[in-house]
Amino acid sequence: MSTRAVQFKIYRYDPDRDEAPYMQDIEVDLEPQDVKLLDALVRLKAKDDSLSFRRSCREGVCGSDAMNVNGTNVLACLTDVDSLQQPIVLRPLPGLPVIRDLIVDMTQFFKQYHSIKPYLINDEPAPERERLQTPEEREELNGLYECILCACCSTACPSFWWNPDKFVGPSGLLNAYRFIADTRDRAAGERLDNLEDPYRLFRCHTIMSCVHVCPKSLNPTRAIGKIKDLMVRRAI
Amino acid sequence: MNVAKRTFDAVIVGAGGAGLRAALQLSEAGLKTAVLSKVFPTRSHTVAAQGGVAASLGNTTEDHWHWHMYDTVKGSDWLGDQDSIEFMVRKANEVVIELEHYGMPFDRTDAGKIYQRPFGGHSMNYGKAPVMRSCAAADRTGHAMLHALYQRNVRAHAQFFVEWMALDLLRDAMGNVLGVTALELETGEVSIFHAKATVFATGGAGRIFYSSTNAFTNTGDGLGMAARAGIPLEDMEFWQFHPTGVAGAGVLITEGVRGEGGILRNASGERFMERYAPNLKDLASRDVVSRSMVTEINEGRGCGPHKDHVMLDITHLSPEVIMKRLPGIREISIRFAGVDPIQAPIPVVPTAHYQMGGIPTNFKGQVIAPKDGDPCVPVTGFYAAGECACASVHGANRLGTNSLLDLLVFGKSAGESVVADFRSGDLSLKPLPADAAERSLARLARLGKQSEGYAVADVRLTMQRTMQKHAGVFRFSELLKEGVDEIMKVAEAAKSTFINDKSRVWNTARQDALELDNQIEVARATMVSAEARKESRGAHVRDDAPDTPEHPNGRDDQNWLKHTLWFSAENHLEYKPVHLKPMSDDVEPIALAKRTY
Repeated sequence: MSTRAVQFKIYRYDPDRDEAPYMQDIEVDLEPQDVKLLDALVRLKAKDDSLSFRRSCREGVCGSDAMNVNGTNVLACLTDVDSLQQPIVLRPLPGLPVIRDLIVDMTQFFKQYHSIKPYLINDEPAPERERLQTPEEREELNGLYECILCACCSTACPSFWWNPDKFVGPSGLLNAYRFIADTRDRAAGERLDNLEDPYRLFRCHTIMSCVHVCPKSLNPTRAIGKIKDLMVRRAI
Repeated sequence: MNVAKRTFDAVIVGAGGAGLRAALQLSEAGLKTAVLSKVFPTRSHTVAAQGGVAASLGNTTEDHWHWHMYDTVKGSDWLGDQDSIEFMVRKANEVVIELEHYGMPFDRTDAGKIYQRPFGGHSMNYGKAPVMRSCAAADRTGHAMLHALYQRNVRAHAQFFVEWMALDLLRDAMGNVLGVTALELETGEVSIFHAKATVFATGGAGRIFYSSTNAFTNTGDGLGMAARAGIPLEDMEFWQFHPTGVAGAGVLITEGVRGEGGILRNASGERFMERYAPNLKDLASRDVVSRSMVTEINEGRGCGPHKDHVMLDITHLSPEVIMKRLPGIREISIRFAGVDPIQAPIPVVPTAHYQMGGIPTNFKGQVIAPKDGDPCVPVTGFYAAGECACASVHGANRLGTNSLLDLLVFGKSAGESVVADFRSGDLSLKPLPADAAERSLARLARLGKQSEGYAVADVRLTMQRTMQKHAGVFRFSELLKEGVDEIMKVAEAAKSTFINDKSRVWNTARQDALELDNQIEVARATMVSAEARKESRGAHVRDDAPDTPEHPNGRDDQNWLKHTLWFSAENHLEYKPVHLKPMSDDVEPIALAKRTY
């Protein structure tokens, strides 16, 4: 890669200064080592230090830098800047209140995560050593425990846009199933009760936007399907 | 500016592995605890740890904590305190089993136990052969651990202050620690967190280097705050360069890749580690492997058009093993190196990774400082754990998987110490001086007013380039001397940084500037401590202290078997003895010897 100029169109809003949000047109010269969109954002920030966004690990495991890029939710650190059509349009994740620029208020997202009791429940006396689990039982957790809580999925979900306070959303439901599927957990019944509700689980209409955008290639729709299966099975 | 006051039994700064582990201890004991974090807890850098956590569970191969202790002391090049090391390795099984009970999704053996893999520098029978000691969840151990710890804290109803950045440590005239000032990022408001106990778990500062595996947020905030408040920093010359960062990108490739059978090769395809470490080869200690790689590159045997990296080869492993045990690595390699490691080797280069030094503590997690001739007097009300602390278990070089163990063991012990000191009545809410928030407010006022000077990004880049050039994998007497002068110039420039963004709301420019203040403390400590240590030991290897019969590996135990203490105010150094005696009589001290692998 070489030095090149790249065009951006960025959603800007500073409640301390701006009456209303606006789109900023800005061009930045990228160096050969600027490969990812996050590299470009760091370069942009050196030019205009008021541009605000979250970032931390820069390798796709912390989940900080989720944003909407050319209409799709992605992690900036995993997205090749040269793969994007210009001007690259950057917006905050959709469906959540904007605090400033690309930073959204994730309270509602985490509220839903917390609502599924995201911790192992097992009140039996703990053994002296590890609880045993076969490799096959452990494999059931693959594709579930890797969630990084970036919110790409839930904020790409029309059902979550409509009912963020009532619908748990794909990320929360994926995590709910992570505990239901864990052979060490003793609260599957309680967890299903917690989701048996016209909104909490059943607002998922298998639109599958979540699967499309997940930067970790996880499949919340499949996890939701499995929860629905368990609901049906215990009803008959 | 109006400063709100909040009062707690304890305030924990940092919600990575160490902070979350300490928080559990305090929440479960019923202490009113505030946990401050500048990022949402699961975004902390513990999340990026890959290969595993050490514990001599012996699930696959025979193991014993004596062997783990020997490996850790040897790995530390005898600079680690043997009482702390004994404490840590003996607690390992307990804290790992606890974590499993919290729900951590460890991989499993066929017998259903926690899966363990070999790792660099870990051996059975005092160095005889590799041992399977690293407890792993695929190559996402840190992610699985951090989420399990956060989840357990949700269950314990811990009180988090998410996206609050601590600014300064508060002490009274007697030196007692009273809490911290902190900035709420969303509103820009400053609060005082007044507490009987303050626990620092702020992580490392690897971002003082240009090329680092660390997250952007690893800016040494706890070290900066402690140093400004007069607490010395210990052994800051010792920085680990991880052998396998992706060339160019710096992203970490776990040593677990070599644990699973990966091999380092030079331009001619040679497995060069056989020459440097005939016994453990690619699984020698990290400092040894990094230096071997740089030697290969310096002698013209590097790979690529610029001969500036070597190759990590796992093409001989079955795709099933790679998909099952190293799925994250495959993803990183494809995304950041453009290479599928099933088909082709990964270009790698040593990259700044971990700080062995930090805020001095004992194995109880109490911060200690010299007082009246005793180098190890606890600072009332102050505790630290994890990478920001120096217990000292890693000495001059840390073994892989001992960092996740460190944060579990010392996070827990710091928490236990707070609870014990609280219950014994040793902790009380001491009065706040009227000007407690003065230092923080002055720093913010300067940034608010200053309209010209140096751009934060420019000063930071100069610091990172300076550290990379003058305090890298190999160190040179002349470069170290120049480095001290250079870094002092950078520190001067950092006093007149300016930001254009003057907004109160989520001002990341201001945050960058405040973080730079902390990074500068760490950079000064590192450079001054490194220049002064006139021997080679562990990760600190200098040209004027070569391997001789009199000083094997360049190590000089006669003059330098001691810990460095750097003090910010006068930029001066003191030294204190290494604890060569273990904690108990259950084990003999590990006698000094030359390190070979």
